Amino acid sequence: MSKIKIVNLQKSFGDFTAVKNSNLTINDKEFFVLLGPSGCGKTTTLRMIAGLELPTSGEIYLGDEEVGMLRASERDIAFVFQLFALYPHMNVKNNLSFPLKMQGYSRSEIKTRVEEAAKLLRIDHILNSNISSLSGGDRQRVALGRALVRRPKAFLMDEPLGTLDAEFRELMCLELKKLHIDIGATTVYVTHDQLEAMSLADRIAVMDGGEILQADEPSVIYNKPATKFVASFIGSPGMNFISIDQGISNEQSTLNIEGTNFNIPKQYEISKGKKNSFGIRPENLSLTNEGGLKGSVFGVEYLGSRKIVTVKTNFGEIKVKTDISTTVKINENVQLKPSNDNIIIFDGETDKSLKSEFMN
Amino acid sequence: MDTSRSYLEPSSFSKKLAATIIIVYTVITLIPISWMVMTSFKNVNSAISYPPEVLFEPSLEGYVNLFTNRSRQSQEYLDSLPAPETWYEELVRSREMVITGPSKFLGRYSNSMIIGFGSTFASVFLGALAAYAFSRFRVPLKDDLLFFILSTRMFPPIAVAVPIFIMYRKLGLGDTHLGMIILYTVVNLSLAVWLLKGFMDEIPKEYEEAAMIDGYSRLQAFFKVVLPQAMTGIAATAIFCMIFSWNEYAFAVLLTQFNAQTAPPFIPTIIGEGGLDWPAIGAGTTLFLLPVMIFTIILRKHLLRGITFGAVRK
Repeated sequence: MSKIKIVNLQKSFGDFTAVKNSNLTINDKEFFVLLGPSGCGKTTTLRMIAGLELPTSGEIYLGDEEVGMLRASERDIAFVFQLFALYPHMNVKNNLSFPLKMQGYSRSEIKTRVEEAAKLLRIDHILNSNISSLSGGDRQRVALGRALVRRPKAFLMDEPLGTLDAEFRELMCLELKKLHIDIGATTVYVTHDQLEAMSLADRIAVMDGGEILQADEPSVIYNKPATKFVASFIGSPGMNFISIDQGISNEQSTLNIEGTNFNIPKQYEISKGKKNSFGIRPENLSLTNEGGLKGSVFGVEYLGSRKIVTVKTNFGEIKVKTDISTTVKINENVQLKPSNDNIIIFDGETDKSLKSEFMN
Repeated sequence: MDTSRSYLEPSSFSKKLAATIIIVYTVITLIPISWMVMTSFKNVNSAISYPPEVLFEPSLEGYVNLFTNRSRQSQEYLDSLPAPETWYEELVRSREMVITGPSKFLGRYSNSMIIGFGSTFASVFLGALAAYAFSRFRVPLKDDLLFFILSTRMFPPIAVAVPIFIMYRKLGLGDTHLGMIILYTVVNLSLAVWLLKGFMDEIPKEYEEAAMIDGYSRLQAFFKVVLPQAMTGIAATAIFCMIFSWNEYAFAVLLTQFNAQTAPPFIPTIIGEGGLDWPAIGAGTTLFLLPVMIFTIILRKHLLRGITFGAVRK
């Protein structure tokens, strides 16, 4: 197992730049998730680490070795594809032994390794089955088995749970996490599903438009997003934004919105312009009778343990996560108030979050 | 109203109609073939008798004549010979002839085999490599090249017969196996590239990528992962190529005389006493049909899947 480091990595397809000047360090034995909407460059980054695409510029280190221009076959990594790419003309056993055959292991060694992997993934009873007769979950396990049978330097996974149905995906998520703990392999995992990312990752890198916006632990990504995009992409529903037509000054700790003063965490950074936004997550807002932002109830979604109340205000629709006991009617006039100081001001020009007492 | 079947399923009337059309068509196409097979079992006289004989006494004379050269002898000479050892010698003697040696048929037949299978293999192999490249790599001017390859099929091959004839004379390729294999491969290759490209396009590139990550080079991945999955397409392509090069007549007449002459130009020239030996020609044609028939039957399952490939699957 090795750590992976990418330095100033860039990839262009003609005029289109898929990955812009990216830097990342993935630690040994870490479960690292690349998260972003489709077309954000996460898969391209992964494919460059795998050697399936060559970078336009930049370096990729696998351990201490620079591998950016090596062929995929020379890198000693394993890749799990979204559609599994199990060889349909071979049975499960041959699929698992295929990578080992190339490396010239003896027949008995191959047998032991295949059986070992099969046992770990609980597919030892289907070793002689054809790929076409397997269920989605078993195919997933075989694909994982083919990856880990070789004991590579790193595992790369490209949305491996994307084709499974929701119920099964949760189960496989748990299995993946357990597998990772058991074998402690450096893993880079690509997904567009934030829940998957949150539940699996040691660290997450959020990408958009070919750029890595933030790379950190899930809780930091969630609570202290570096940019407005990260804040809106992570969380369900995403963060609420209220546009404010005023600059932010150093040490500022209150903000006047529609004539009401709100306490905000003490700011340590001056905004570049006068158009900024105030971000707050739905669970950090509460409904109140006075002293808040005025609006009327637009919709109520019942989620079992929580309710999401959508309030129409002069700043657009704002979502609030409330207690199940809260009873509000549609069109009822309510007021919104932050319930704690998890408030982030985003600079309107850079879309980055401003430094504050909370953000540090 | 009958609601027991789905709207997608044809009605029993149209099914019956379709079956009738197929049966009638099959019978019509089978008439010349069955006449050919019947002729091969007739004797020289019944083959050309008028009105044609549908019921006749079967004889293997045609087959014996096909494989042997014979000469007519006087009755005294025949009587002086020791008794015939085999059934076919006896048959020939009864026609007052003796076998003077084997005919050229076997040689021509094996020429057909060598050239037919050789060019089929070459077309499919080269076609698969080219199709893979067109399917996977960014080839400059890809569309133009593909059109150019296809355009070689747009004129009848025989239109270039004269330049090819002269070229082959100068290159010393006339009347050689290699020359014929190259010629048939060139003609078949465009079909092979186009057919196989369709099949290669259907194979997700992740399979080779997986193999390359598993430590194989691209070429190894091509042979171990792509080719086995393209078997359907390869079988279908091989049948089409085989049928063409096996049946090809015009170039065979033009370019081969002795060494590399294939069966098609040879069979119609089998001459017996007093003209064409129809039973022998019938026998030759019947035997000539067999390899393509067997080849097609072996690959039939692939062929059926091959032709409809890509229509449904995804």
